[in-house]
Amino acid sequence: MTGLQILRVDGLLTVQDLGRPGHLAEGISCGGAMDRLALIDAAALLSSDTILPAIEMAGAGGVFSVTQPMRIALTGAAMTAALDGSPIAWHGVHLVQPGQKLRIGGTQTGVYGYMTPAGGLQTMVWLDSQATHLSIDVGGPLANGETLLCGPDPAPERPARIINASHRFAGGTVRVMDGPQTSLFDDHVLSTFYKTTFTRAPRGNRQGVQLDAKQRFTSSHASSLASDLIGPGDLQMTGDGLPYVLMAECQTMGGYPRIGTVIAADLPIIAQAAPGTLVRFQRLPVEKADALHWNVPCLLRAAATMCRDMIRDPRTIADLLSYQLISGVSRGDELEDVSLPVKGSTKAYPLRSGETIC
Amino acid sequence: MTDDFTITPEVLPFGSDGVIVRFAREPCPEAMAAVQSLTADIKRNPPIGVIEVAPALVTVLLRFDAKQTERAILSRNLLILSRSIAAKPRPMPEPARRWTIPATFGGANGPQLDEVAALLGCKSEEAVRQLCESELRVLAIGFTPGQPYIGLLPEAWNLPRMAALNHAVPAGAILVAVRQITMYSATGITGWRHVGCSGFRSFLPGRTPATLLRQGDVIRYRPVSTSELSGLTEAADGLCGARLELLR
Repeated sequence: MTGLQILRVDGLLTVQDLGRPGHLAEGISCGGAMDRLALIDAAALLSSDTILPAIEMAGAGGVFSVTQPMRIALTGAAMTAALDGSPIAWHGVHLVQPGQKLRIGGTQTGVYGYMTPAGGLQTMVWLDSQATHLSIDVGGPLANGETLLCGPDPAPERPARIINASHRFAGGTVRVMDGPQTSLFDDHVLSTFYKTTFTRAPRGNRQGVQLDAKQRFTSSHASSLASDLIGPGDLQMTGDGLPYVLMAECQTMGGYPRIGTVIAADLPIIAQAAPGTLVRFQRLPVEKADALHWNVPCLLRAAATMCRDMIRDPRTIADLLSYQLISGVSRGDELEDVSLPVKGSTKAYPLRSGETIC
Repeated sequence: MTDDFTITPEVLPFGSDGVIVRFAREPCPEAMAAVQSLTADIKRNPPIGVIEVAPALVTVLLRFDAKQTERAILSRNLLILSRSIAAKPRPMPEPARRWTIPATFGGANGPQLDEVAALLGCKSEEAVRQLCESELRVLAIGFTPGQPYIGLLPEAWNLPRMAALNHAVPAGAILVAVRQITMYSATGITGWRHVGCSGFRSFLPGRTPATLLRQGDVIRYRPVSTSELSGLTEAADGLCGARLELLR
C-alpha cells in the first residue's frame, strides 16, 4: 500500500471520480468531477482503461509526497508545478519518489486542476463512487496532514508523458441543445440569447455557475411552473433573468425555467471558465447533440492518441551524465526513458477536434 | 378527478441521454396521477435501453443507453404509452408500502400551524386531523436527497408559498404549501409553512439505505405529544418511532 501525504492544502481539494449516476429517484444528484475530460486525460496518460479517482484542486493545489514511487498525472486547468523545486510540465505524468516534494501552486488559466495517482486512490466508497459530494455532506475537503491510501503503481518505470489537452480553459463557444422548457421562451428571447456574449460571474461552485450579461432572458410562464427534474448543463434562468448553469452537485429538482442544456462534451468549458471569462452559446439541433453523445471509452481512446512520451531538453536534466546516452546499436524504434531532441525529427500530433463521434 | 379535464402529454429532450414525459406544465392532480401510473407501468415493463427512471410531480425522466436504443424510438413509444394513460385516467396505483410517522404539530414544533388553520378557516385541531387522516402518498423525491413531496391534501390546502423565502426551519420540520407536504432531513431555508416536526430523517448518508422513502409510499402521521416525541430516542437509524408496513 502506498500513501499520498498531503503536507499542505492551498485550494479546495476533494476526491472526485465520475460520480454516482442512477439515484435521481432518491434525490441524489450524480456529482463527480467538474471537468470530466481531465479524468479522461489522466487515464490516457496513465494508460489506464478505467477512469481513476483524482484529487480535484479548485484555484490552487498544495504540497504532496508519497511513501512509495508513484506516477502522478496532472491534468485539467494548468497550475504551476514543481518536483523538489524543478518545474514539471502540466498535462503530464511524472514519477514522484519518496522524499521528494511535489508542489502545486495556483491555476494559470482555468479553475480546476487534477492530480491522479497511478495506483488509484483508495478512499471511502459510497453508492459505488468515491466522489466527495460537498452539498450533501458525503466526504469533505482534504486537510493538511492527511494521508490518502493508494494502490501500488502498476508501472512506475514508464516514461514521463504529456498530453495535448483540448482547449477548454479560457471560455469560448459552448454548444447547447434544447431542453424540456426551451419552448417556454419566445423566439426573440432565444435569438438574443444565442447572440449574447456572457461573462462568468464571481458566484459559482460545484453546484452551479452564474453568468452575467446586460440583457435579461425571462419566460412569461416562469411563475406557475411545477418543480421539475433538473440536471448538470441546464441553463436555468433565475428570477433576475440571467443564466445559472447547473453543475455536478446541482439539486435534482428546481422550479426555474431552463432555456436549454449545455452538452456534456462542452460542460468542462463552463467548469473551467474563471470569473471574467467570456462565453457564447451555440444552439445545436438535438440530432447533432446526440451524435456528440458523451461516451467515456470512446473519449479515452481519442485521448490516448493525444499522448506522447516526454522529450526532455538535456539542459534541464540535472543528472544528465548519469544517463547512459549511447548503449550500442539500436534499431531505433524502442521506447526510451529520455529521448534527446534531434533536429528534423519532431513528430506532428493532430489537434483534438473536440468532437468525438464513435 | 374531473371528467371534462384532459391532459396532453409531451415527450421532450433532457440532456444527451434523457427524455422527459410531461403531462402538464403546472401542478394538477390529473397529471400527478398520470405520473404515478406511467412510472408503475415503466417499472413493470421497462422499455429497452432505459437505465434510469425518476418521477417528478408532473413529469417522468428516463435516461437511456444510446448503445441500446435511440431517442426517436424511445420517445415514440413513450408518447403512445403516455397518451393512453392520459386518455383513460386510472386511480393511483395500489401502494406497496405504508409509513406511520410519529409527529407533533403546532407550538414551538410547528409555529405556523395556527396561521395555516386561519387560512383554511378552521381550528388548529381540525387542520391536524386533516393532515393525519388524508390519503397521502409520496408523489416524488427530490430537491435534496430523500426529500419527499407528499400529497395531495384537500383543495382548501392550496396555499401559495410565502413570498419571503428566508424562513429557516430545523431538521425534521414538516412543511406545507400548494396541497403538499414536505419534510426536511437537515436544516434549511424555505417558503413553505412550518406546521409540525418529527424525528424521522429520510436521508442519512451514513445509513444503509441512505434514503428511506420511495415514490408511491403511503404516509400517515401519528400525532404524539411533544414529550412523547422527545421520548422516542434519537436513534442513529433516523427512524424515531416510524413504522414501515409492506402491503403487497
